Amino acid sequence: MLNRQLAPDFKQVSTINFIQPSHKTLANNVPVYTIYSGEQDLVRIEFIFDNVNWNAQKPLQAIAVSALINNGTTKLSAKEIAEKIDFYGAFFQTEYVQDHSSVTLYTLNKHLAAVLPIVKDVLTDSQFPQEEIDIYIQNQKQKLQVNLKKNDILSRKEFAHALFGDTAYGVDIQANHYDELKREDLTAYFKAAYAPNNCTIIVSGKFEDTSFELLNSQFGQDWAPGEAKKNEFSFNVTPKAVIYKERPDALQSAIRIGKLAVNRAHEDFPGLQILNTVLGGYFGSRLMANIREDKGYTYGIGSGISSLQDAGYLFIATEVGAEVCADALTEIYKEIEILKNELVGEEELNLVKNYMLGSMLGSLENVFSHADKFKNIHFFGLGYDYYQNYIAKVKAITAEDIQLLAHKYLNTEDFTEVVVGKK
Amino acid sequence: MVDFNRFTLANGLKVLVHEDPTTPMAVLNILYDVGARDEDPEKTGFAHLFEHLMFGGSVNIPSYDEPLQRVGGENNAFTSNDITNYYITLPSENIETAFWLESDRMLSLAFSEKSLDTQRNVVSEEFKQRYLNQPYGDVWLKLRPLAYKKHAYRWATIGKELSHIENATMDDVKAFFKKHYTPQNAILVVGGNVKTEEVKKLAEKWFEPIPAGDKYERNLIQEEVQTAARQETVKAKVPLNAIYVAFKMPGRLNADYYAFDLLSDILSRGQSSRLYNSLLKEQKLFSDINAYISSSLDAGLFIVEGKLVEGVAVETAEKAIWAELEKLKTELVTTDELTKVKNKVESVLVFSEMSLLDKAMNLAYYELLGDADLLNQETKEFLKVTAADIKRIANETFRKQQSSTLYYLTEEHA
Repeated sequence: MLNRQLAPDFKQVSTINFIQPSHKTLANNVPVYTIYSGEQDLVRIEFIFDNVNWNAQKPLQAIAVSALINNGTTKLSAKEIAEKIDFYGAFFQTEYVQDHSSVTLYTLNKHLAAVLPIVKDVLTDSQFPQEEIDIYIQNQKQKLQVNLKKNDILSRKEFAHALFGDTAYGVDIQANHYDELKREDLTAYFKAAYAPNNCTIIVSGKFEDTSFELLNSQFGQDWAPGEAKKNEFSFNVTPKAVIYKERPDALQSAIRIGKLAVNRAHEDFPGLQILNTVLGGYFGSRLMANIREDKGYTYGIGSGISSLQDAGYLFIATEVGAEVCADALTEIYKEIEILKNELVGEEELNLVKNYMLGSMLGSLENVFSHADKFKNIHFFGLGYDYYQNYIAKVKAITAEDIQLLAHKYLNTEDFTEVVVGKK
Repeated sequence: MVDFNRFTLANGLKVLVHEDPTTPMAVLNILYDVGARDEDPEKTGFAHLFEHLMFGGSVNIPSYDEPLQRVGGENNAFTSNDITNYYITLPSENIETAFWLESDRMLSLAFSEKSLDTQRNVVSEEFKQRYLNQPYGDVWLKLRPLAYKKHAYRWATIGKELSHIENATMDDVKAFFKKHYTPQNAILVVGGNVKTEEVKKLAEKWFEPIPAGDKYERNLIQEEVQTAARQETVKAKVPLNAIYVAFKMPGRLNADYYAFDLLSDILSRGQSSRLYNSLLKEQKLFSDINAYISSSLDAGLFIVEGKLVEGVAVETAEKAIWAELEKLKTELVTTDELTKVKNKVESVLVFSEMSLLDKAMNLAYYELLGDADLLNQETKEFLKVTAADIKRIANETFRKQQSSTLYYLTEEHA
């Protein structure tokens, strides 16, 4: 007779294999890291540029260049660029994040030779036509108007600005910043930042030597270097700040609280990730168990830690019924105090360890995920021993270690608390 | 190409296995053939509320999530108007835990009052977070009842109103479970680093003892042919005027489905698409413009929606949309344009095979459509579409009398 009350046997994840990149350089010394996998006949090529020359008076330069880079070259209009890329079934994406701007090409290998020259044209000869800038300004201002009606987005903006001020990490973009965008600022930024001496190429997929030669013939020459200074910031932990933006019509309030912590390069980071998981990093976390599954105050609550080049921070975020906002805050702080005052039980700790190892294994789904894992360490100057240390730390951490980290990093006297809605 | 093996258990549960030895993980995906379209019009939002209750413990296992997390697994689920889909990913060596958990909740739930109380609240907060407390969040709550008068697609999966969720009782929950959560009403897909023989043994061990239950016979009222244009204006505290035009189109199994999908791509996939270039870039009428299909199993919707540039009259914007649609009715799309959208679709299908979970979900969904192998025929079906097909369906679809238009206007400009 089948005993359905008895859980089947299971094993903790023992080994996790990472595909490490091979390293080559183009003729002009641009480093190319390739994570190879031959399963599908496709490839992703990322051109990653450090964000540079930060100017708080012109906070949108890098963002606008990233958004408008594919909107016209000397040879091709915005529409022609898009048509050519689409014709070959390829995807051309640009992304701006706090520390980097990237241009990414996804393509089937059979079209690689046809699409690379288009990417080359964009990366070396983007013209930023005034008409495209005007359309961008108008539409971004409209998007901003919509976003400013979203409590969650407002809480993010307030929180980032409180922690990071008018830096690339915290600047609070308003409509006037768009109005002040100038074509010459965009072209200047483009020349400085999208240059071979500021570029790292990360390739993932079925990328053979012949493909490397193609890449080298396009990007290894005829690409002018730029003059740029990589952004550098430093921040100090600020004392407790309470920011409240009242929205009388709110049905829900957005809560975001947290503080500066450390980034991936710090030895405490893996331990902090474990602490974060216990607090709010997975579905069974303390915050979810209490505030969603017991109290039903919210559809979701979570905590996270974020690792930037020049800072790290931890946060707790949720949207809760406006009438229970104060209660939700009380419960959040209560859960933090419990982590500081009581040891995590053995059963819960083992669960979290197994969950995190399974999660790490599952996050290596395909060759692109392996490349993402490489990016996580490469830009912090770390090697693959980072992951070995992480795995060892997850397996070995004790309840006492977690409590020490809670005292060190969950000091609520330094927390920034943002509420948008009603409390 | 997504390979699979297939067998059916004695109780009617269909099982598909996709072996992928390149990953150390496994996925267990189970699709129940029940969605919001199967709800009582007075108790809407129930299929989705029920999905939440599936995590509130089962007859032999008090907690669903905890034992799964303990073996390194993760799970989630979603409900649509047509289906409810649950999935687990975990290290493949612990796959039996997924069978144990998933089979026990198919056998019976714990039906705990505490779980029902909590999830009523959680879903109410979800309703607020996603539909009520967001600018334009309630569009589909308005557009569905405008476009559908008879069919159960006239309400959204979250439900018509909060009170339907707040009034759900344990008797409703039990009846819903008995009616829909039977082995014959489900499709199980196991994928990843597994072997078919091993999956078969586990399926026979954990799922086969579950009683077959009664077969649910779906008998939905179908929508009548729309014969007059519909229009509604909503005013709300939003910063920009918006317009939504919904046309009737055939259901997912219609032979023209692929042509409709390409038609929506021609109009709005990416920065080379027609609406983006004509209406946003050249005429500067919209700051945001999109066309897409609902892909529903019963007769669906082809939607064109956009946010207007400040100062543009909504009638002007609407006329411009129609001018683009009229072009598709009178002129054949060029070979290049058609090839472009076909190449894009081919690419998307190859890239989607990079995700084990996507593959497993797709196999389950295509099996529901009639045969999981349809998934592997898709590229061929897309390639068959001709310019004449596109023109023909544009003529059949883009007609005033089959349209439902919603003006979603800002109160400040009203």
